[in-house]
Amino acid sequence: MKARLLALFGLLVGSSAAWADALTGDVQRQPVNVSAITMFVAFVGATLCITYWASKRSKSTADYYSAGGRITGFQNGLAIAGDYMSAASFLGISALVFTSGYDGLIYSIGFLVGWPIILFLIAERLRNLGKYTFADVASYRLKQKEIRTLSACGSLVVVAFYLIAQMVGAGKLIELLFGLNYHVAVVLVGVLMVMYVLFGGMLATTWVQIIKAVLLLSGASFMAIMVLKYVDFDVSRLFSEAVAVHAKGEAIMSPGGLVKDPISAISLGLALMFGTAGLPHILMRFFTVSDAKEARKSVFYATGFIGYFYILTFIIGFGAILLVSTNPAFKDATGALIGGNNMAAVHLADAVGGSLFLGFISAVAFATILAVVAGLTLAGASAVSHDLYASVIKKGQANEKDELRVSKITVLFLGILAIVLGIAFEKQNVAFMVALAFSVAASCNFPVLILSMYWKNLTTRGAMIGGWLGLISAVVMMILGPTIWVSVLGHEKAIFPYEYPALFSMIIAFIGIAVFSKLDQSVSAGEERARFLPQFVRSQTGLGASGAVSH
Amino acid sequence: MKDVYSQIQENPRFQELVAKRERFAWILSALMLGLYLVFIFLIAFVPHLLGTRISPDSPITWGIPMGIGLILSAFVLTGIYVRRANGEFDRLNKAILDEVQK
Repeated sequence: MKARLLALFGLLVGSSAAWADALTGDVQRQPVNVSAITMFVAFVGATLCITYWASKRSKSTADYYSAGGRITGFQNGLAIAGDYMSAASFLGISALVFTSGYDGLIYSIGFLVGWPIILFLIAERLRNLGKYTFADVASYRLKQKEIRTLSACGSLVVVAFYLIAQMVGAGKLIELLFGLNYHVAVVLVGVLMVMYVLFGGMLATTWVQIIKAVLLLSGASFMAIMVLKYVDFDVSRLFSEAVAVHAKGEAIMSPGGLVKDPISAISLGLALMFGTAGLPHILMRFFTVSDAKEARKSVFYATGFIGYFYILTFIIGFGAILLVSTNPAFKDATGALIGGNNMAAVHLADAVGGSLFLGFISAVAFATILAVVAGLTLAGASAVSHDLYASVIKKGQANEKDELRVSKITVLFLGILAIVLGIAFEKQNVAFMVALAFSVAASCNFPVLILSMYWKNLTTRGAMIGGWLGLISAVVMMILGPTIWVSVLGHEKAIFPYEYPALFSMIIAFIGIAVFSKLDQSVSAGEERARFLPQFVRSQTGLGASGAVSH
Repeated sequence: MKDVYSQIQENPRFQELVAKRERFAWILSALMLGLYLVFIFLIAFVPHLLGTRISPDSPITWGIPMGIGLILSAFVLTGIYVRRANGEFDRLNKAILDEVQK
């Protein structure tokens, strides 16, 4: 059960990587899919044109990191939704609905409820205080060197784990959908992502994400409508026919015991909710809009698109029960779905729209991976160039040109690293890495960020000790927990009994920060507390906030 | 700049804005978290409740409208917040900034 819960978690957490079937076993390569490849080439062509257009408009660091702050709330909402609607959530959640019914809905809800909280408590303060990265906000009134180093390390750890998971998942998925060789697929993803980020910066990355979000929402809407048309738009017929043909029968209409142990459930919920509020590539998106007003709108649209998308995947999953599970053409000799259960939505595309639509959905799944890895790469590069190089090494004295050059070198380096790690981890089960990324984000980035905005008494010493404690405890508990200690390292019994450390590591981080901030009576601590007032006024009113760059 | 910030801080309208907006944000957060926690605890402790049919002749169980309702409530709550923040609160905010910048 625990292994299953983890696999599902991995599958769902915005990562195409966490491909339970594909990750744990050998992938059976599919025949080369011509219409899918044609459509994918069209997508790549269009996005490269956008990258070229964006490269003409991206001159300054502001253009590069935050698209000059000229993205509208609606566009940014689509882009944020795009970061969230990964190939894994599309194929993974519909597969979960396909196999377990109602449980799929429970998981998708867990991913959604963090968004309103981000809006209410974080979005506008973040926008008003920051410029390019969330470390701008965390270090606003604290010591630049220490806090930026901590935040950059937190960001890089999250990006690295997330990226490995994405690359491995991408390779497997592409092998499955397109019939391309795994290594070719990984190199292709790496090269394309570097091109988007290197030449087009945030502007190109955002537009790639927007286009993909529109394609994915349109494709999923079409499938859901075709499913509903099949049952004459009668929802109770959809459910009653699904119950009639599904092996689990009536059980697919109620919770199936995936969330059993309350501690694991709460820990997972915390990791999802607050991890999202600590993901560097998501937080960066709040700086691409002109002001707090647009930042709020972005979250409103994003919540709407994500919620709509999850309702669609629920219908698609039930549609697959009706149209895919009953059709022998989609099954192999043993009666299992060809390519595994994660292919349920892909087979449904074939069932409702023929081979052309199947090609479209496969191309969209590939596009989704590209868009997500591009955003991650940009976030990683910004942490290195803006936080480590410009603020820590050059102490804020770096010139724009050098900073941009460092960022671009980092992008190249991250691209090569992603390809190498993608190949190195080919045979490993990397589903846990996404869980780890979310746990680290919730236990290191999030506590420092939120307390820097809300708690006057926060000092550099407190943030440093608590932040590092959160980061280290999340990683250590994850390693000693059932996921890595038992499943990966093969030990008999886990030293730490729960698979998600977030509940504990978050408490450690918050207590660490609170206690060591309170005990800190140094002169600089007094100055840091005094700077809270102007920071507070700015975070509330936007006075002095970095705005849109005019051209 | 420092005196501008303290000037705003001492402005009763700023204090009113902060008090109102904070209160509103915390109430909505508590509402969202509360709804989600109720849902999770129902699943953890009384799963059969969500599996009960809404009427004997319908295959739809209580879990479906509750789950969809939770998704819709997330959207509606963000909508309510954005409406008030981008309208009433931003007007108040602009008035405060105009006052110190004239």
